[in-house]
Amino acid sequence: MASNSSGGPDRQRIAQQRLRIITGHLQGRVDVDSTILAAECKAQGSQTDVSREEEKKTVPRRRQDIMKWNGWGYSDTKFLFNKKGQAEFTGKRYRLSGMIIPALKEWFEGTFGASMQHKSPATTMACFLSARLNSDAVQPPTLNEAFVEELKSTGIPFSHDAEDRVFRAHGHCLHEIFALREGKVGRVPDMVVWPNCHNDVVKIVELACKHNVCLIPYGGGTSVSSALECPPEETRCIVSVDTSQMNRILWIDEKNLTAHVEAGIVGQDLEQLLNESGYCTGHEPDSMEFSSLGGWVATRASGMKKNIYGNIEDLVVHVRMVTPQGVIEKSCQGPRTSTGPDIHHFIMGSEGTLGVVTEVTMKIRPMPEYQKYGSVVFPNFEQGVACLREVAKQRCAPASIRLMDNEQFKFGHALKPQVSSMFTSFLDGLKKFYITKFKGFDPDRLCVATLLFEGGREKVLQHEKQVYDIAAKFGGLAAGEDNGQRGYMLTFVIAYLRDLGMEYYVIGESFETSVPWDRVLDICRNVKARIIGECKDKGVQFQPLSTCRVTQTYDAGACVYFYFAFNYRGLSDPVHVYEQVEHAAREEILANGGSLSHHHGVGKLRKEWMREAVSKVGMGMLQSVKDYVDPKNIFGNRNLI
Amino acid sequence: MPSNAVYSHRDPMLKKRDDFEDILEERRTSSDLRYALRCYTPALYKGETPCQSSLLKSMVLQSDQLHYVISQISKETGKATDDVRDEASAILEEMAHSLQLSTVRFFAFSLCKVFKTLFRSICVNEEGIQRLQQAIQEHPVVLLPSHRSYMDFLLMSYLLFTYDLALPVIAAGMDFMGMKVIGEMLRMSGAFFIRRSFGGDQLYWTVFSEYVRTMLKIGYAPVEFFLEGTRSRTSKSLTPKLGLLNIVMDPFLKGEVYDVHVVPVSISYERILEETLYARELLGIPKPKESTSGLFKARKVLSEDYGSIHVYFGQPVSVRSLAEGRVNRRQFNLLPRHISRRPGEDIHSFVNDSAYKLVRAQEENMVLKPWVLLASLLLQNHHQDQEQDQGMAVDQLTAQALWLRDVSRQYGAFLHWPDHIPASEVVSSSLSLHRGLVRLSEGRVQLAVEQAGGPAVPGEAPSTTSPEEELLNQAVVILSCASYRNQALHVFLRPALLASAIHTASSTLKQDVFNSFSFLRNIFSNEFILCPGATVQDFEEACFLLGKTGVLQVTQQEVLVTESGHRTLSFLTNMLDPFLQGYQVVCRFLCEEATETLTEKQFIPAVRKFIIKHLLAGSLRYTEVLSSDLQKNSLAALLRLGAVRKIKGVEQGTLKVDKVMVNSLEDTLGGKLPTQKAVAARL
Repeated sequence: MASNSSGGPDRQRIAQQRLRIITGHLQGRVDVDSTILAAECKAQGSQTDVSREEEKKTVPRRRQDIMKWNGWGYSDTKFLFNKKGQAEFTGKRYRLSGMIIPALKEWFEGTFGASMQHKSPATTMACFLSARLNSDAVQPPTLNEAFVEELKSTGIPFSHDAEDRVFRAHGHCLHEIFALREGKVGRVPDMVVWPNCHNDVVKIVELACKHNVCLIPYGGGTSVSSALECPPEETRCIVSVDTSQMNRILWIDEKNLTAHVEAGIVGQDLEQLLNESGYCTGHEPDSMEFSSLGGWVATRASGMKKNIYGNIEDLVVHVRMVTPQGVIEKSCQGPRTSTGPDIHHFIMGSEGTLGVVTEVTMKIRPMPEYQKYGSVVFPNFEQGVACLREVAKQRCAPASIRLMDNEQFKFGHALKPQVSSMFTSFLDGLKKFYITKFKGFDPDRLCVATLLFEGGREKVLQHEKQVYDIAAKFGGLAAGEDNGQRGYMLTFVIAYLRDLGMEYYVIGESFETSVPWDRVLDICRNVKARIIGECKDKGVQFQPLSTCRVTQTYDAGACVYFYFAFNYRGLSDPVHVYEQVEHAAREEILANGGSLSHHHGVGKLRKEWMREAVSKVGMGMLQSVKDYVDPKNIFGNRNLI
Repeated sequence: MPSNAVYSHRDPMLKKRDDFEDILEERRTSSDLRYALRCYTPALYKGETPCQSSLLKSMVLQSDQLHYVISQISKETGKATDDVRDEASAILEEMAHSLQLSTVRFFAFSLCKVFKTLFRSICVNEEGIQRLQQAIQEHPVVLLPSHRSYMDFLLMSYLLFTYDLALPVIAAGMDFMGMKVIGEMLRMSGAFFIRRSFGGDQLYWTVFSEYVRTMLKIGYAPVEFFLEGTRSRTSKSLTPKLGLLNIVMDPFLKGEVYDVHVVPVSISYERILEETLYARELLGIPKPKESTSGLFKARKVLSEDYGSIHVYFGQPVSVRSLAEGRVNRRQFNLLPRHISRRPGEDIHSFVNDSAYKLVRAQEENMVLKPWVLLASLLLQNHHQDQEQDQGMAVDQLTAQALWLRDVSRQYGAFLHWPDHIPASEVVSSSLSLHRGLVRLSEGRVQLAVEQAGGPAVPGEAPSTTSPEEELLNQAVVILSCASYRNQALHVFLRPALLASAIHTASSTLKQDVFNSFSFLRNIFSNEFILCPGATVQDFEEACFLLGKTGVLQVTQQEVLVTESGHRTLSFLTNMLDPFLQGYQVVCRFLCEEATETLTEKQFIPAVRKFIIKHLLAGSLRYTEVLSSDLQKNSLAALLRLGAVRKIKGVEQGTLKVDKVMVNSLEDTLGGKLPTQKAVAARL
């Protein structure tokens, strides 16, 4: 690998230090050392040691070995209420792992009216699979024999094992996970193939065309748009193309600061591997532990630190995609071209309807020298939004700036781990007193912005001052690094929290939009109120959690995330109610000038609004591209159009 | 069960309404001063703290909308922006209210005294007050009271003060500003003043609409205005005006607030203060300009008994739920919201439909007093034997009133008939309250028309009155009576339209009857509150009511009158007959006497003269046709139908009459022409 050429021992040491910083919010404390060890192995290890590389990679072929089949993330990591009734986060992977979270139970019970006495446990895989034997929960695979025969001859690994197939039949929408927990599955892929490289994909697509087999590309499986659901009306053999084994960095070009990477690599591996060479992409979507590069391209992903590094469309220099018509790619790596409409924009956001993204050349950056978290407390959400708007106007947004509303602030508070010393708890009390009593902030209105600064030390400090000065003009008070860091850590654990809720009759989901600045406050208020109103109308017995945050700033607007959860006890069809409420919330978003999606994509979940979102002619354009590229609908996941 | 629920929904008789409580009762036993000075701390929207009216003004002046319009105007006219801004500021000063609690307390104190002298009771549905209180805390609220008297908005503020609710900011016509002291006092009690017409003045419109929108957006206070635009002189609800309703719905449509709750309020007076004043106005005696001294002259009204007032705060209506599935709010996504655009066709029709719904909600909760039924019966009787008007025996009137009481209840009327008191007492006490309008002698009762000149204008020698003057004097009494009958019109309107349709239809075939119904409904849609596009529903409602009460047998094909149904049917047709005749007379006038140069301005005096001639000649029975309201409405209908056109020529608003069409409309109204043709020509 190219990275070795530039790596003196000194440089490696610095790189590792930086790595320690950047993985700080990702990894548990205990884990840090082992990560660095692994990194050292990699840096020093021989490039030909395939087996070691294989074993180190996050995603094995049998995903179910390390990941939950009916919930989020790693099997060893979850929230639970222990025998004492305290919330606990298991495993060792995260900063929060192994810790007691004393306030969570009270918050959980208080917010949702949930009770430890009322559990709604999930079906286990064993139960589920044994049930399958009796009642055919998973239908037997419809195999295209000729396709299978020819595939065998290529030597590309494949499987039609039920576990493998079920794992790839879903993303992480609430209804998908809920059904799995109930042990219900609909149409699942008939087989799974694991291409190892671009050429494998070319062969698979050729064979699929020849034998009329339906292909569904599968990257990280973190979709929240029903994009991975198999269309129930599909009668052909459905083959899930799992790109997880295409996970190498093929080369790094330090002159141009680009890296050529196989598209199946997941975000954490990409960063880790680049970090070893002193680089990063800086693309950090919340799902980066599991989501893949190909998936980012196919859905137009956005990363937390886009203010410095850009969104995926800014990061991609070159893409290779295998389509039924052949391979599409550009002939050069010019940083910008005027060659008609950018063909990358047919690929980005195509959501697996046109082909499989196999290789991507991405911009890389030297790892930042210095990173600093921060947070600001505002007396109310309006002031917070005004501050973010001003920061965007002055184009001085830090790597990340996020504004949580009051409910989320409280939620974040409930997730504080047990404090280690009397002193910390005393300090916390003092801070609280200062903000609420001395400064007169209303605890039921105040909200908090979390910040992440990155770059040269001097510049970071200067930048920090600039942002805090702006914040002060809007009544913001600096509230410390800890609060900021915890905010970002929560990004990764929040998905685990939904599984805990589902154990106690609480279901929820998040969804996002982008909206012009002048409508941010209105959309936040109206969508939250709509959710509460719809829940009431649909017979939800308990007050729902309806909260939002502004997660990205742009020149002309912002990205807003909504979180919504409720206790479903007493409802006969909670998922249906949930879907009705989400549908209404999306209608409200659109009525308030919000977009159909900022980065989650359309999939099948939001398809019904596409025509209005892009106009009839726009739909026709997309359709005609589809008709030309894939006339036989080989890539038949039926997303988007 | 579910089918049962649907049924009860359709049956207006089962409509649930709240009980009333008399708020004057307490006032008669405890200190008014203490009441006026008591602690007043209303709950506000979302627990906001009250904001000063000066802050509100500066918010309006700083709004993006106003900034934009100011810079537009400055660009177009070349005036300096500062000058335009000063203009805007002056407009706002002229318009804005300046609520002061001390003034409110003063009003509260003096109104206590006035109300206690004038009225026996002021009854309010307290459940409605509670709903309103709830609504005020959750959403911006718009109060829409019916408008029958100057008293209305003083009364509204008085009530909200009494119940410790946020005081409304009230849109009032500029004419009040003429009364110097009173005008300022009204301003200090929460009124703001708008010019009657400001059609093309963009700056005025922007300041005005921003003022209202800002109040709603920040939840400053409930906004109150009269959907009917002006006081109804006839006690019929007026066709709603859409301007302000458009403005208050706008913040919701543009997503600036989650919802706006609109609360229709029905204020019914047992006896209207302005009773004869209205009648004279309708007869062409011009309305006196509002002036403080005029108000003092009016103080003699203080010595009379005006019975009771009922105020019903209706169910708050969510604009959001009204708009659900009707309006695509995404249409506002592509234009910055501070640039206002003329509302599109869909918004217009949505606001229009909503306005009708709200006026109907007002109508439905209007309390009807027994006198309303008596007035209807006496009027019909008066017209039936005009020649030898002996009046009716009181017993006979009582019996008929009881019958009508039951009929109206079956139609869902909100009738306050004290069932625990013998009917004869109810009748006699009603008659005595309205003793200026009826004459009782030897157990018979009749309208006080025959010597009308005497008591109405005392001191004037009856011998000097010309027949025309006498006619007008009679008309004052008749129109006053008609205004009470009109209070019940909305209850009988749909069945009455059906009854008349049966009368004029060429056959008993349901389709023919429907055509007639549809024709009449169309003709009268400027006269009565008939929701646009609801012809079929109205027809079905009428069929249902008359079917339920055994008047009709409605089959798939036919509409048949039952043996026992004739009494109701003739009552209903008689109710509508003055209007039918009135419209015919107007048509006849246009055919016979309209000249090429007739302008809109000349229309009323000319048609009035024509009608007086016919009344005196005895070829027209209904004196109430002299009502300028009816004449204006019929002209509006003819204009709408295209039978008359307004020409913008040398002479402003010259009327061009399509005599063939007007003639055929007249014949159709009179049942001489089958409706089908007329309908086909129109629909």
